[in-house]
This record gives sequence, structure tokens and C-alpha cells, in this order.
Amino acid sequence: MATADEARSRTWPSLVSARPRVNRWSALALPAVVFLIAVFLVPLLAMALRSVTDPPGAGLSNYQQFFEQQAYVRVLTNTFWVALLATLTCLVVGYPFAYLMTIVPGRVAGLLLIAVLLPFWSSLLVRTFAWQVLLRDTGVINRFLLDSGFISEPLTLIRTTSGVILGMSHILLPFMVLPMYAVMRRIDPEYSRAAANLGASPLSAFLRIFIPLSLPGVLAGCLLVFVLALGFYITPALLGGLKDQMISQLIVQQITQRLDWGFGSAMSVLLVAITLTFLFVASRAVRLRDLFGSTTEE
Amino acid sequence: MTTDPSMPARSAAASTSPERPALVLRGLRKDFGTIAAVDGIDLEVRRGEFLTLLGPSGSGKTTTLRMVAGFMAPTSGSIEIDGTDMTRVPPYRRDVGMVFQNYALFPHMTAADNVAFPLRMRRRPAAEIKKRVADALELVKLGSHGDRYPRQLSGGQQQRIALARAVVFEPRLLLMDEPLGALDRKLRESLQLEIIRVSRELGATVLYVTHDQEEALVMSDRIAIFSMGLIEQLGSGEDLYDRPASLFVADCIGESNILRGTYEVDGGAGGWMTREGSRWRVGGAAAARSELSSGAAAALVVRPERMRILDGEAVTDGMNTLDASVDEVLYLGPDTKYQLALGSGQRISIREPREANARGLQRGDPVRVGWSVDDGLLVADPGKG
Amino acid sequence: MSDSWRQPRRILMAALGALTVFYLLAPTLVIVPMSFTNAQILSFPPEGFSLQWYEHMLTDRQWSTGIVNSLIVGLLTAALATVLGTLAALGISRGRFPGRSLVNGLVLSPLIVPVVVIAIGMFGLFVQWKISGSVLGLVLAHTALALPFVVVNVSTSLQTMDRNLELAAANLGADPRRSFMHVTLPIILPGVVAGAIFAFITSWDEVVVAIFLTSARFRTLPVEMWEQVRQVVDPTVAAVSTTLLVVTTTLLLVLVFVRRQAPA
Repeated sequence: MATADEARSRTWPSLVSARPRVNRWSALALPAVVFLIAVFLVPLLAMALRSVTDPPGAGLSNYQQFFEQQAYVRVLTNTFWVALLATLTCLVVGYPFAYLMTIVPGRVAGLLLIAVLLPFWSSLLVRTFAWQVLLRDTGVINRFLLDSGFISEPLTLIRTTSGVILGMSHILLPFMVLPMYAVMRRIDPEYSRAAANLGASPLSAFLRIFIPLSLPGVLAGCLLVFVLALGFYITPALLGGLKDQMISQLIVQQITQRLDWGFGSAMSVLLVAITLTFLFVASRAVRLRDLFGSTTEE
Repeated sequence: MTTDPSMPARSAAASTSPERPALVLRGLRKDFGTIAAVDGIDLEVRRGEFLTLLGPSGSGKTTTLRMVAGFMAPTSGSIEIDGTDMTRVPPYRRDVGMVFQNYALFPHMTAADNVAFPLRMRRRPAAEIKKRVADALELVKLGSHGDRYPRQLSGGQQQRIALARAVVFEPRLLLMDEPLGALDRKLRESLQLEIIRVSRELGATVLYVTHDQEEALVMSDRIAIFSMGLIEQLGSGEDLYDRPASLFVADCIGESNILRGTYEVDGGAGGWMTREGSRWRVGGAAAARSELSSGAAAALVVRPERMRILDGEAVTDGMNTLDASVDEVLYLGPDTKYQLALGSGQRISIREPREANARGLQRGDPVRVGWSVDDGLLVADPGKG
Repeated sequence: MSDSWRQPRRILMAALGALTVFYLLAPTLVIVPMSFTNAQILSFPPEGFSLQWYEHMLTDRQWSTGIVNSLIVGLLTAALATVLGTLAALGISRGRFPGRSLVNGLVLSPLIVPVVVIAIGMFGLFVQWKISGSVLGLVLAHTALALPFVVVNVSTSLQTMDRNLELAAANLGADPRRSFMHVTLPIILPGVVAGAIFAFITSWDEVVVAIFLTSARFRTLPVEMWEQVRQVVDPTVAAVSTTLLVVTTTLLLVLVFVRRQAPA
């Protein structure tokens, strides 16, 4: 068969849709936008303003005050430290669980998903309270260990860093598992089969193929957990000791007890700035990965 | 037929005059940024006609159809349906029926509710709706499936319901956007016949879009070949097959063997195609139709079934010949297809009825190919882009 | 995956999985039995069986007012968030305007900002606007927090919906309003309902913002619980916790059921 005319086979460029610049549907978003600006953005901006105007003419003195005091800086570093530990705990527990969800049959995976989602949607307060009950000196765990004779004195589990980590990880685990699972289930099992066909042992295939492909999900999960952990309040307040204080507790303390709005606002601005910075940096990292053909959705 | 005041009134002349075309497109253009998807189309579709827009993807046929449906506003030009200018009329007032490639049946309604939808929109009385829906379902032979939801129906059944929905309100025009593209071959063939039957029964005017040339040939009264936003040629299947106006059209419909070269006029009728040492006679009719002048870059197009392998028979004046070697022999049931390689490396194909193949040709065997001069079509060769 | 590797690996994975599920569910499952204890203090395993703490929760004025307040705030939040969120989702998904991604970001931003900061910011300003400590203030605050969930749910429904259906509706004679009522809305309804349920749950369980925007006279259930939990803890708290959980779980099961019924 003779070839078709070359001139005609020139590929037709994709048609760029020239819609009108603003269409009718756009107005529908307006009520929500106005609402959020008034109820959400304005308070935040007012707070940011207060951080530099309270006491009058404060400028950056509130921020200065924060970084000058050892005690305050220690709270900040402790916050990072606790958030990091919580992230690692969630990673270690969550990765095998997410992987498990991809290899079990559909119905079981559905049940596992429910097991992850139910606590995800349950009250944070209830869950933290539950941990309080579990970890107290007279709590469930100690009672069990005492009664069965493993120990003779109650272990100090509450008012410790490990108690906080345990509680926070429990609450944050779904935020680690869900993004990882979303990425993992997109990984085509054909890759592992191809690797096996080419001579890789199951362990080798897992390490060299599955894990690298799952990294975007791991990154997303870790980022999410870390950023959320930074802002935790209820859990460290109920489960932590004085030395485990996190920055959100400090903020509440300044506002409600010391009534120092300027200082409290400054710390709040700081917390938001740190959160946004992490998100921004990580969003760049994840996007670069997308260029290499990952399986993330966003 | 509809008395809904929101629909533009049909002029009396339109519904009784058989001469007035059902659809007239004048200078229809659609630009997307700097790209002209539809580059100035003029088309008249006769009442009761089945006209297909055929072309590769991106050629503008779907865009044209969507403008007729009212989903897209043309950049310039006009659309006249049944004598009424509909260029600026929104889609829900045009009174045309449309069948989509992915059926677009409302998933939350039963088949019957889907078919009833256009009648409900026109606020027809309940009793009338009930009857017309039943009739429409009968028409597509799915009378007992009215209670089913789309997800409970097969692809072919869904498409028939979509068809019923598109015709139940007796539209002025029926538009179909590659409706059979999602179906497998056997189903496609049976639905092609269904669609023809239904449209004939209703006396409907159909504007059909497809990229499948066989489908176009089977179903259409006339075919408009689209290329890069323009209609290359408009005519019946036979017109396009036997008398293509350009190389593109020749390639679009049916298979072609294309011999490129230079055309030389020869005093009287017809002329010669020359190419590096080969020379073939061009018939007078073909030459006249092509309107090519001497020295023009041209292509001689011969359909595979018009060529045959010469078993040493004498070559007469009314014949052209070629020397080639056998590349592949393909058994196609009733026909045999030979892929041959020319000295230049170009490949051509020949189709012969099975009975003629008693030769037992093998790969590499030399053959001489011949065809009647009158079977050669002459078109311009636009050259390599 | 060769078979010889399968068995021990499977057992290990299953064990890890079971352990993790236990970790995920155990703490909350400890609370539930505790709420039925006959004793006067929180203990595990619970002693006896009694509904006295639920009775106490419903008869005690502070607790029962808390429940009513939570319900009122939750329902109002769900209503407001669903309306604003559905409109916003339509505007963002179907709309074309400069700054569209910015608006999308704005709508999702309450999820990213630490809730303590949101609470304090709102508290500061709402006090000035004289709506702190009122139903209005809390509903407005919770709506802002719940909005992202509604928008995400409705947007997903909109995006997975076949666009040709709207074209078909128009072609068959439906003007934009009727096309929305008869075709678009019924199809995205599961997403809207899901959003409403998530909005309610968000408000029902929310504690941090509520701590700041409630007063001694007006308290929601989580705030009552917060006050109690830091002092003397009697088993009523366990009953309250169980109630909170039961409501949330029921709504989630309703959601799963609604999703299954989705036509598209």
C-alpha cells in the first residue's frame, strides 16, 4: 500500500479551548470566598497585625522576645522533636500496614480501610482521653501488668514524651496510611512480576522496585503528619509532662493565662509560617518527583 | 409538530416544501486561538438525506457537528435549520436530536425516563408521553426494557435507547457523533443497519460523523470528506470512490495504489504519467476531470481490485503495466491480496478473487502487473509537506 | 512471588496487620465497655453493668445542655457549610476565572492552618464583634472548618460526572436551570450528602475552637468533656465518649450506604 500524502499526514495541533475569560458558573464561588475571607482570613490577619502592634509600637519585639528566652526556644525545638518522632513512628507502623492493604483481597482491604478511617473520624478528644485511661498509673496497661505480675510498681507512662508520641501517632496514623495506600495501590503488580521474570528475588523486587515507586506516597504522608503534629494541642496537654510542652500549649497559655495577646499572636504567626514553609518546600520536592513519572494524584 | 412556545416556530413552508434543505451551513468557521478548527464550510443537507462527515481526528467534523447542535458558537458563518437561522439559538431551543459516542444516558433514570425526558422538557401531557415513549422503545426493539437502568443494559442496548431518546420528539435533524465507536465490530455492523432502518422509517435527516470509511460507505447517501477544517469533496460513496478529486480523498475512501510522477498532455485526449523510466497512459476522462496541465506533479491512483497479475498474456494498447516482485500473499477468504514490491522499494497491493489464484506464487517471485487505462485516476500531487 | 516465600511472609504480615488494627481501635474500644461500669470510678475491666452513667449524662443539666448545644451547632454548621460548599464546588469546578486555583487554595486552607491558631485568631476578633460565646460565633467558626470537606466531596462528584450528560440535557430541551435540577443535582447528590455528614461530624467532635468560642453559659459536649477530663474523671466521661463515637460511626455507615446507592 503506497504511503499517504505526507502533507496531509502533518499532525493536527491539539485544539486549545478558547472559552470566555469568565463564565457564568464563576459567581457561585463568591459566597464561600466572601465568607472565608470574613470569618477565616480576617481573624488571622488581625492576629498577625496584633503581633506587631501589641503592646503599641512593638514592631518585632514580640518575636525577639521569643527567640531570646531559652525556655521558649526549647519549647520550639521540643515541638520539632516530638513531631519528628511521631512522624517516624507513624512511618514505621504505617508503611507495612499500607502495604498489607494492597496485597490482601478486596474485601479485607475494605475492612482494613474502615479500621483506619473510623478512628480518623472519631473525636480527637475521645481518643486522647482513651490513651489517658490506658497510660495512667492506675490505668489499663499498668493494671494489667501489675495484676499479671510482670511488674511490681506501676510504670510511668503518662506525662512522658513516649506517652505523647504514642497518643499522637495513634491519631496521626491515618494521615500517614491514606496517602501511602493511595500511591501504593496504583503501583502495577506487573512490575514485580516483570522483575521476578528477569531474575529478581521477591525481597530484591520489593526493595528495588516497590519501595522507590511508593516514595511519593511516603513523602506525602510524612509531610502531612509532620505538619499536623506541629500544631497539636489536646494530646500533649493531656498526655504530656511539663517538659513536653509544645508550642501550641505555650500559645494558649500566653493568651488565656497571661493575656499577652501580642506575644501569643507572634508565636501563632511563627507556627503558621513554619507550617507553610514546610508545605512549600515539600510541594516543590513532590512536584519534581512528578516529573520523573510518579503515581501521585495532585 | 411541537406546540411548546419556547421552541422557534417552524415556518409553514419549511414543513411542506420538499426542496428546502434541512440544514444549510454558510461560511461556517470556528477558531481556537490562532488555529482554525473549521475553516469556512458550506454545506446543504437535503431533507431525508443521510449525510456523513468523514475524516481523520482533528479534521473539524466533530466541531462542525457540535456547532450544529449548539454546544459551540461559531466564530463566523451561519447555521440554518429548516429555513430558520439558528446560529445564535441556544442548544435547548434548536429541536435537533443528538446521539453521543458514549451514549450519555442519564444514569439516575430508567431507560423509559430517559426517553421521556425531552417530552417532559417540552411539557407534553403525561398520557402523550407514555404513548410516545412506548412507541420509541418499540421502534428500537427494546419495548420490554423500559424499566431498566442504563447500567443494567449492554452497550448496544444503551445506544439504541439513546437513539430512541433522540428521535422521540420528532426532531428536525438527527445528529450522530461517532455513535458506534465504543462497540465491537459485529455489534457495530448490526447497529449500522438498525440506524439506517430507523432513520428511513422516520424519514429523518441525519448528519453522521465517523472516521470509519467503511461505515460511511455502508450508511450514507452522501459523504463529506473533511480535512483540516475544510470539506475536500462532497458526493455519494460511488462518486468519491470512482472519481476522487484529490489524493487525500482517494486515500480516505478505499485502498489506493499511488504512482507519483509528472503528467504530460498528449495532444488529443489524455496523456502520460512519467517517472524515472516508466510511462503509463492516462485516460481522457480521468485527465479531463483532474484539470491538470502539462508538467504538473501528479499521482496516478489505481484501486487494488483493478490491478491484476498478468500470466504472460499479451499487453494491449488499453493497458498499463508494472514489474514487481511478490512480498506477501494474504488469504482473505473470498479474495487474495498480494503485497508487491516495486524496483524503487515502493509497495503496492493487488486484490484478486480467489479463483484466479492458482499460481502458487512465493515471496520473491517476479510478476508483471497490469490494469486497464480507464481504471487509472489522475489527481494532483501536493508533494511532501 | 514464589510460594516458598509466601507462608512465613504472609503470617508475619497478617500479624503486623492485626497488631496495627488493634493499636488503631483498642483505645476507643476500651472506653466503650468502661461506660457501662457499675462502679463509681473509671476502671477496666468494668465492674458490673449499669446504664447509670448514660442516665447521668442525660439528666445532668450541664451534660444534657452540652448535647443539645452540640446538636444545634452541628446541624446549623452542616446546613451552612453544605450550601456554601456546594456552590463553591460548582463555581470552582465549572467556573472559569482568573485566580481559580487561588480560590481553591483558600477554600482548602482551613485544613492546613493549625487549629490553635485559628481558634485564637477567631476568638480575638469575635470578641470584638460580640459574637464570641454565642451559637452564631461557633457556627460561623465551624462552618469555616467544615467547608473544605464539603467542597472536596462535591468537587469529586462533579469531576467524575460525565460532562456529556449536561450537553445531552441541553440538547434534549433543558435550559441551564432545569438541566441542573433534573440532571446535575441528582447525580452529585451523594457527594453533597457526604459533605454534609462530614461537616456535621467536624462540628460535633470539634474541641479546640469550641473551647475558645464557648462560654460558661453556652457549652458544647466536647468542651464539657474537656473541662471534666482535666479534673475529676467520673465514668460519665466514658458515656459521653461512647455517645460521641456512636453518633460519628452511625453517620459514617450511613455515608457508606449512600455511596453504594449512587446511580452513576
